[in-house]
Amino acid sequence: MQGWTAVLRRELAGYFVTPVAYVFIIIFLILSGVFTFEIGGFFEARQADLRSFFTFQPWLFMCLIPAIAMRLWAEERRSGTLELLSTLPITRLGAVVGKYLAAWIFTTLAIVLTFPLWITVNYLGHPDNGAILTGYVGSVLMAGSFLAIGACASAATRSQVVAFILAVVVCFGFLLAGLSPVLDFFQGWAPQGVVDTIASFSFLTRFDSIGKGVIDARDLIFFGSLIVTCLVLNAALLERGK
Amino acid sequence: MTNRLIELDRLTKRFGSGSGSILAVDGVSFSIAPGEVLGFLGPNGAGKSTTMKMITGYLAPTSGSAKVCGFDVGESPLDVKARIGYLPEGAPAYADMTPESFLDFCARARGMSGSAKRGAIDKAISRTSLQGVLRQPIDTLSKGFKRRVGLAQAILHEPPVLIMDEPTDGLDPNQKFEVRRLIRELAGQGERAIVLSTHILEEVEAVCTRAIVIAKGKVVADATPIELAARSRYHNAVTVSLVPPAGTAIFEEFQKLAGVASVEDLGRATTSEGVRVTCTVIPSRGKDIAPAITQLVRSKNWRVDQMRTEGGRLDDVFRELTSTGAKN
Ligand SMILES: Nc1ncnc2c1ncn2[C@@H]1O[C@H](COP(=O)(O)OP(=O)(O)O)[C@@H](O)[C@H]1O
Ligand SMILES: [Mg+2]
Repeated sequence: MQGWTAVLRRELAGYFVTPVAYVFIIIFLILSGVFTFEIGGFFEARQADLRSFFTFQPWLFMCLIPAIAMRLWAEERRSGTLELLSTLPITRLGAVVGKYLAAWIFTTLAIVLTFPLWITVNYLGHPDNGAILTGYVGSVLMAGSFLAIGACASAATRSQVVAFILAVVVCFGFLLAGLSPVLDFFQGWAPQGVVDTIASFSFLTRFDSIGKGVIDARDLIFFGSLIVTCLVLNAALLERGK
Repeated sequence: MTNRLIELDRLTKRFGSGSGSILAVDGVSFSIAPGEVLGFLGPNGAGKSTTMKMITGYLAPTSGSAKVCGFDVGESPLDVKARIGYLPEGAPAYADMTPESFLDFCARARGMSGSAKRGAIDKAISRTSLQGVLRQPIDTLSKGFKRRVGLAQAILHEPPVLIMDEPTDGLDPNQKFEVRRLIRELAGQGERAIVLSTHILEEVEAVCTRAIVIAKGKVVADATPIELAARSRYHNAVTVSLVPPAGTAIFEEFQKLAGVASVEDLGRATTSEGVRVTCTVIPSRGKDIAPAITQLVRSKNWRVDQMRTEGGRLDDVFRELTSTGAKN
């Protein structure tokens, strides 16, 4: 794993030398506000909590996170820097982890920057701050999972557009897995074990339960093992098609 | 430990599988000692880049092995990578970084820190004369400067093995001259092995101590540039410029000499003394015809403006080697 901190550092700095980072953060904050206050009916609900903010977040992430992840490896392949990176004395997994963590830190920063919403609800009433905190933990975990999926998609192709679409589709699948119409569709003919497995992959179900203030070890293990699997797959995909 | 810095043993790379596969590198074996500057020559698609990518650990060989400083690339890739400086084809670099931050990244990735890192970066910068552009994004730099950034990155850690894929390709003549000067300087100490690929033959004559020609993935020649040039039919050919009396059939006169294979007409020019004829007299293989020509010219009392003997022409040898290689 030697040298991965150099990659992490370079990547993180890279977000801020181009306008991409600022554009992403601003769009994320504006959309979060729009979803929470306008579409989510924050004021109409007359409840001082961030439920509407967290409800829309998975769908917002589904579109925005693949946009961050798509360039991770596709760009390295296209510009030839993958060859440079691969011939530095860094293990492949080290490079994968360094790049991934930088992206995760960056998205976490974007999530943290929504804190004015938290200040607003505390100003308006007395929300359950414990649940809000776990809600944020859930956000960070889900962002991390989407990023890992997106990084994998980016390693699989030279084209950023293909990487983006691939990641959105897979993320969408993980979100759909928990919705009752989808489960009902399988319920009719698939064995119960399959239905349960599909349901257990649901990001939404886990995200909701974390957001209610319950951090279950099984949810942590789920997101953790998903991320690790994606990163190992990411490293393997890099070897292919050089 | 051997004193070989690079050892290739029947290195082979096949891309794809089945009938559509390409045998890019086909059983290449050679070794390189410290102090050697190896010119890796071959037409486009010969397998030069693929061979270099296997030595640097970017591509895994299909069969055979590559060792660098005694370490097998497949078994200890990190030990190998730490000992190689590599300039990939086209000198890729992170476009939105500045040379300064790019070199800082490379140095950290190679495990340097503190004043050792600072010193290594400063030295690489001054060797490649990057001082003026340190804070400019790399994608705004000229081709020559981009190449130098790639070179700076490659020599940062004073590697015992330096591998450069077409280091002067696409540069203008001044930039080429600069890069060659740097390569000679890097070779100077004699502890380092340098491999550079090129299809520019003058480059091999200018900087290399040894030349390996590859065609269709196979080594077809391994010699010094001088030995290689000596295989040319122009080896010991004599080029003369002279002003013979009008009406003299000088080509026939040369052709009649013992050991002459043919005469090539290089053109005429009108001067105040008459018409100056320039031609190259090519010997049969292994013959030395210079004395006979000197004697002939003297006995006829022709006015000679210029006369020189050639060592041979690399491009001629290159063409011969790589086109016969293409037939099998
Ligand atoms: N990644 C690859 N996939 C398939 N074929 C390749 C790949 N890289 C190179 N080749 C093929 O291998 C052969 C040798 O290429 P290369 O080593 O780049 O030649 P050179 O550097 O001497 O011009 C060429 O026929 C090329 O098309
Ligand atoms: Mg090449």
